[in-house]
Amino acid sequence: MDKSGKKIRVLVAKPGLDGHDRGARVVARALRDAGFEVIYTGLHQTPEQVAETALQEDVDVVGLSILSGAHMTLVPRIKKLLQDNGMNEVMMIVGGIIPEDDAEKLVSEGYAEQIFTPGDPLDKITGYISNNFK
Amino acid sequence: MEREKFHHLDDQKRAWEKHAESLEGRKESFVTVSGRPVKMLYTPLDTEKLDYEKDLGFPGSYPYTRGVQGNMYRGRLWTMRQFSGFGDAYDSNRRYRYLLEQGQTGLSVAFDMPTIMGYDSDHERAMGEVGRCGVAIDSLEDMEILFDNIPVDQVTTSMTINGPASILWCMYLANAEKQGVNLKQVGGTIQNDILKEYIAQKSWIFPPEPSIRLITDIFAFAGEHVPRWNTISISGYHIREAGSTAAQELAFTLADGFAYVEAGINAGLDVDSFAPRLSFFFNAHIDFFEEICKYRAARRIWAKRMKERYGAKDERSLKLRFHTQTAGCSLTAKEPENNIIRTTLEALSAVLGGTQSLHTNSMDEVLALPTEKAVKIALRTQQVIACESGVANTIDPLAGSYFIETLTDKLESEAEEYFQRIEDLGGVLAAIDQGFFQQEIADAAYKYQRAVDNEEQVIVGVNRYNSNEPLEIELLKIDPAVEEKQVSRLRKLKEKRDNLAVRQSLDNLVNCASGNDNIIPGILEAVKVYATIGEIVASLKEVFGEYKEKPLF
Repeated sequence: MDKSGKKIRVLVAKPGLDGHDRGARVVARALRDAGFEVIYTGLHQTPEQVAETALQEDVDVVGLSILSGAHMTLVPRIKKLLQDNGMNEVMMIVGGIIPEDDAEKLVSEGYAEQIFTPGDPLDKITGYISNNFK
Repeated sequence: MEREKFHHLDDQKRAWEKHAESLEGRKESFVTVSGRPVKMLYTPLDTEKLDYEKDLGFPGSYPYTRGVQGNMYRGRLWTMRQFSGFGDAYDSNRRYRYLLEQGQTGLSVAFDMPTIMGYDSDHERAMGEVGRCGVAIDSLEDMEILFDNIPVDQVTTSMTINGPASILWCMYLANAEKQGVNLKQVGGTIQNDILKEYIAQKSWIFPPEPSIRLITDIFAFAGEHVPRWNTISISGYHIREAGSTAAQELAFTLADGFAYVEAGINAGLDVDSFAPRLSFFFNAHIDFFEEICKYRAARRIWAKRMKERYGAKDERSLKLRFHTQTAGCSLTAKEPENNIIRTTLEALSAVLGGTQSLHTNSMDEVLALPTEKAVKIALRTQQVIACESGVANTIDPLAGSYFIETLTDKLESEAEEYFQRIEDLGGVLAAIDQGFFQQEIADAAYKYQRAVDNEEQVIVGVNRYNSNEPLEIELLKIDPAVEEKQVSRLRKLKEKRDNLAVRQSLDNLVNCASGNDNIIPGILEAVKVYATIGEIVASLKEVFGEYKEKPLF
């Protein structure tokens, strides 16, 4: 919940072409169990589709799951499209097989607030959103 | 006499049980990685009903529980087949030649996501994905480069491709012909298993009905022209990676297999004309004994059903042959060197389970595509098991173990229960449509993750014995220039080829797809004039449409 008592709305999105949705679906369910309002896009979304759904669903958080190695292309594109839609405040988090160098770059250049990788417990993800949501 | 003996044993067992249960245990319950409870001890009382001839038999004989070949690894070891592909066809060709030089005995091609989804490298949706998690193949030209200086009459090749399997297969065959090889000599495998795409792997293109038609057309064409080709690799691997239990992997994979058999029969094919070329692909997860039992149960279930329900007479139709890959999802990003040990155990279970071919994961695959060094260690793991450990000396060495036989039976009966549930839902396609498999797998995956998070399931270096040291291994990086290079080569090809012939071949293909004739000759004609995968898929989409999933979690 945010400060006004409204449920935090999280979009779990699978951009790109890879079909590995185990992580996205497990995280989506953990977020729901932790009391978030969760919208899951399903697979094979274009960056435009992700940004469009984020806007229509008026979400507070966008969580991208990418396991195809295309994160350096997809994350910045989606971030830009969200900004173009006026969604500057939305919290962007990314999960997947993201090498450390890339993760640092995505965070330091402001494309994502936090990166989660294999081995991170579910509570770390739900906790991060709860603790950092303003 | 027998009865008396068992009575006596039962008394003794009760006495032992009373004593053993009074001792303090490390934890309350002991379960497999699939959450299956395991007893402290198994005795002859558990296998009282085991009938050697009926349930086990001899290797190479019905019901093949002990193996599909008469002399198993004494005749020929399993094929050591490392799955690989990255960058463009030149990069991957170099890796394949390296692996063959290192003693690998078969090739296995990993394609990039655009190829898997049927897009050309210059398509908008391919942006950022070209050559990333496999090799980019747009046309016959790429296939020629990929197999340059690799004799396709001597090396068998497995291709992990499903939605556009028919197209990549035709490219492979066209290249073989250009190398001067008779198609009757060409051996290999296409994964071509669309059902598990809808269920777990989620890389689909067309809806189920036309997809199944493409598959039965491949069965028919191969039966006549490419008799050494394994036309499908019915895959549990991805079902398991998506989070299923061992019993679900076994049941869903075999249910898919039976669905293909029924599709072939419904298409008018004689079961023995295509069933001998069906092959399987299983996961080797970390729970050692459960995996071994899974392979043994799979062989027995397949043989029984093929004989009893589908009336197969050719004994090759009854033999479940399978490839195994160690479990990617069991590997950890933390302390990746430990993955070598996990992979060793998993590979050993596949060998003790009688696999026909094996891929061992490299320690760094949870982080990136493997480096040459990591893939060499993975291959050496198989070679040590094969040549040093002695486990390949005798066939099915764990048979007769009270535990192994009990668990094999248990997995078989659980699979039978699932077959009944699937049948009650209206069959595999109806069950997919209702999200049955997807939900079962999602539930199991969630349960597993919770067990890891609360440390019921220990993962060394992650939730126990975690040293938090920084990562110290080198990772393979894909040059971002690969995409540009691939796109520019594709553009050149589109200029220099005979575009009139391409247009005609695509028009023919649309006509053929709209009718009932076998579609493979039409695809073969199109790839030979260098029509691209994107063009062929787009033409087929005009007739077949596209699959859409209902997203659930």
